[in-house]
Amino acid sequence: MKNPIIKIEGITKKFGIKNALEEIDLSIYEGEFFAIVGPSGCGKTTLLRVLAGFEVPDSGLLFIDGENMRSIPPNRRPLNIVFQSYALFPHMTVLDNIAFGLKVTGVPIKECYQRVKMLLKLVKLSGLDHRFPHQLSGGQLQRVALARALVKRPKVLLLDEPLSALDAKLRNEMRQELVRLQKSMGITFILVTHDQQEALSTADRIAVMNNGRIKQVASPTNLYESPSNKFVAGFIGSINLIKCEVRQIEGELCAVTTGLTKDLFSIKGKNEISVGQSYLMGVRPEKIQLTKLTDIDQYDNKLAGIINNITYLGRSSMYHVKVSGDENIVMNVSMSHSDRSENIDLCIGESVLMHWTAGSALLLEDHDS
Amino acid sequence: MMKQVGSHRLIFWLTFIPPTLWLLIFLLIPLSIIGSFSFSEKRGLIDIELSWILNNYIRAADLIYLSTLIKSIGVAGITTVICFLFGFPLALGIASAPPRWKSILLIAIILPFCVNLLIRTYALIAVFRTRGFFNFGLEWFADLINVPFEPLSLLYNDTAVILGLVYVHLPFMILPLYAGFEGFNKTLLEAALDLGASKLELLTSIIIPIITPSIISGCILVFIPALGSYLTPELLGGPNSQMIANVIERQFMNANDWPFGSALSMVLVYLTFGILALRYLCFNNLYLDKNKRRL
Amino acid sequence: MKIKNNDKAPKVSLDYFYQWWFKVILCVTFIFLYAPILVLIIFSFNDSRRNITWRGFTFKYYEKAALNDGLIDAFINSLTIGIFNTLGSLILGILTALLLWRFRFPFKAVYEGIILLPVVMPEICIGVALLVFFNQIGWANNLPWPLSLSKITFAHILFSFPFVAIIIRARLATFNLEQEEAAFDLGASPGQVFTNVFLPHIRPALIVSGLIAFTLSLDDFVITFFTSGPDTITVPIKIYSMVRFSVTPEVNAASTILLLITLCAAGIALWVHRAKISRIGKL
Ligand SMILES: Nc1ncnc2c1ncn2[C@@H]1O[C@H](COP(=O)(O)OP(=O)(O)OP(=O)(O)O)[C@@H](O)[C@H]1O
Ligand SMILES: [Mg+2]
Repeated sequence: MKNPIIKIEGITKKFGIKNALEEIDLSIYEGEFFAIVGPSGCGKTTLLRVLAGFEVPDSGLLFIDGENMRSIPPNRRPLNIVFQSYALFPHMTVLDNIAFGLKVTGVPIKECYQRVKMLLKLVKLSGLDHRFPHQLSGGQLQRVALARALVKRPKVLLLDEPLSALDAKLRNEMRQELVRLQKSMGITFILVTHDQQEALSTADRIAVMNNGRIKQVASPTNLYESPSNKFVAGFIGSINLIKCEVRQIEGELCAVTTGLTKDLFSIKGKNEISVGQSYLMGVRPEKIQLTKLTDIDQYDNKLAGIINNITYLGRSSMYHVKVSGDENIVMNVSMSHSDRSENIDLCIGESVLMHWTAGSALLLEDHDS
Repeated sequence: MMKQVGSHRLIFWLTFIPPTLWLLIFLLIPLSIIGSFSFSEKRGLIDIELSWILNNYIRAADLIYLSTLIKSIGVAGITTVICFLFGFPLALGIASAPPRWKSILLIAIILPFCVNLLIRTYALIAVFRTRGFFNFGLEWFADLINVPFEPLSLLYNDTAVILGLVYVHLPFMILPLYAGFEGFNKTLLEAALDLGASKLELLTSIIIPIITPSIISGCILVFIPALGSYLTPELLGGPNSQMIANVIERQFMNANDWPFGSALSMVLVYLTFGILALRYLCFNNLYLDKNKRRL
Repeated sequence: MKIKNNDKAPKVSLDYFYQWWFKVILCVTFIFLYAPILVLIIFSFNDSRRNITWRGFTFKYYEKAALNDGLIDAFINSLTIGIFNTLGSLILGILTALLLWRFRFPFKAVYEGIILLPVVMPEICIGVALLVFFNQIGWANNLPWPLSLSKITFAHILFSFPFVAIIIRARLATFNLEQEEAAFDLGASPGQVFTNVFLPHIRPALIVSGLIAFTLSLDDFVITFFTSGPDTITVPIKIYSMVRFSVTPEVNAASTILLLITLCAAGIALWVHRAKISRIGKL
């Protein structure tokens, strides 16, 4: 694989007694579109600020392009940041805002404006050069902020929730714009977001953070299909979790009991599992099928239940099904309206059978590592 | 309170009339009187006749008075600059202090300003006079390193006046600047730093342009009172460091030439109005800009 | 493996508070601001006429000051003026604040400017203007006490009430009109609304601005100097005449007493108002 452009080794950052970052290890490679996701307050912004040099970590090392950043102040680091609030200079025009970073590093004025003009075209802002920030719309401000950082041709561009101030439609457009820009300029992007959808749809690789720790780093598909722990499984997409105990391991598959029914469920297991131990069985809502209760003998992994509630979501509906063995367990089942079979009646109070294939269930550690 | 239109109007007049009357009687009318005096002539010991002459102003342009006025402007200007040089970094530092330090530091800066001007000036005299503590400290030090010592005469000159004025007016500079920095969006500084700006460029191209209205406020709040200061030059200044206010006082209390004294006061009033009008013009533009520029 | 960051790590340069130059300037400023005052206070206890070297602790000069009839009279005058000034400027200040808060009228911006005039105008101008004014209208100079203090009090109210107005106006800006409407809705009379909803809301501002008005009055020299008659002496004027005479521990003692009174008032005001001190800068 390519060289890591950013290498983080054991970085810890405390605010008072609270650990904002704990022992972060991470490598990000050249030309990657890397996303960092996590719930609010998990330390994403802190991590970015450590990279940019605004926070000094309590311990740990940071290398950018092989160079130790410990004694390099923010204004001499080869990366730039796009702030959540844009932080455009209110007393400068769009042109001056974008040219600022070049002027202060001594690029000749002529070349400065050439590069700015080029970038304005790239972010589709030509013609707005002499406007002040207060004369621009949210989406335009966003583009100026991007252009201001990109014009410096940084090795890495950091984006802290850059799209959170935009409305849903504009956000979608800008997402694609970001991907286009990243691919065309070949700059490494690190995008911080708490919107998992945004991360899944843009990034090559994603790091999921919680409580100052990195929970998993993987490609979007891997993250969704084989999350390594309970937190990631629940944070990326939604998942139904049921306590279970491993009874038997047969090659790829293992058999577990749940205590809800006498049946064994088969799950594609992981390497290091041991018989007799408690785990969680996770099934994504869209992997579950609903059928009539009378079909019970046709399927392997199945649970009976009663539809408790239905949430209409447009293209699909979410069915909340109370499991027959335990009133407290409610399974969420997502079914699109098109592939709903006609022969069952899916309304509240109806008894149904939920079933899924062995390959679509996940075996997860019960405790949070 | 404002339910019916009738009571609404009543309350308006109730709140409007007393302060307006007060300002009218005790400020505007007195100012108009000395305004008219400034165009009057002295006839006899107490008779003053409004004859619409410019003699008093012409006399005010005499070299001795004009030089005093120019000197006053110079002294007030230097005071303003020194206050700015100290006030700017102080306000910047206080504004970036942790919250609990902020109020402590601010109170510590404002508190001496609540002490009587006279007492503070007197305290300066006690410290800086020839046989004062400053000289004693120097003498002790000179003794220590075995150097012959001649007490410095630190008081009764222009430097002492400027020192006293800075001492008295510093908070007027710090407070508006502090208010400006408080409203400053710190992310802008980080953005500039991230784009490669040095600390100096941060100051010159981001902080100062954005904070300009506060700087203007602070400078005016120092300059105008310093220009009209009476007590400081009276107590700390020598015979040559009289400022315009001392000349005015003498016209009223000693020379008993009220028309001329009024003319000199009116010059000060015109200057004040001029500065305020100027500020209104630029400030209004700046303010509008700031509003427009607000993100 | 854990690597502790040592001091070589770059300090994030935005926290100007932690920079050495800030500490240096802060120290210099505080020494400059406080040392003379502290020296003044300390040497009011010095048992030496010449006021130069420390000769032991004494209350002698406080006793002397307390026996100085002129000084006592001056204190009584100053406190009386201070109290009347506080009342007067509170009333005018509240009215002005209400006016500016509640009503729009033509030339309001100009009016606001005029209200600030007594604050920004050089004191000497106001002083001589009032001297001439009282002289022209033939205000009697030989009124019995406390009426003899009225000229000074009127002048003090003139420059105190704008401060009161500004502080109360700032407080009113945080007043939720719906509160008032809700009270009306519940059947309260305008008087009840004023005393039960309105006054409690502005109480902190009232305390602060009252204390400020009091200290302003107690401290004023120039305007008092021009408006006082020959027989009405206030503390600053008394101290002024003593200072012109000589620098003695007695002056230190009198100054210290005045200083303590104002510092207490100002200290309370600042402490009550500490969260909003930044607003003072926006005067
Ligand atoms: N300057 C600071 N002082 C003290 N605590 C801080 C500071 N900055 C961040 N924190 C704390 O560190 C933790 C991580 O904050 P951070 O801003 O990195 O979260 P985040 O993941 O970016 O959250 P969000 O999605 O809400 O932006 C939070 O608990 C926060 O309260
Ligand atoms: Mg954040």
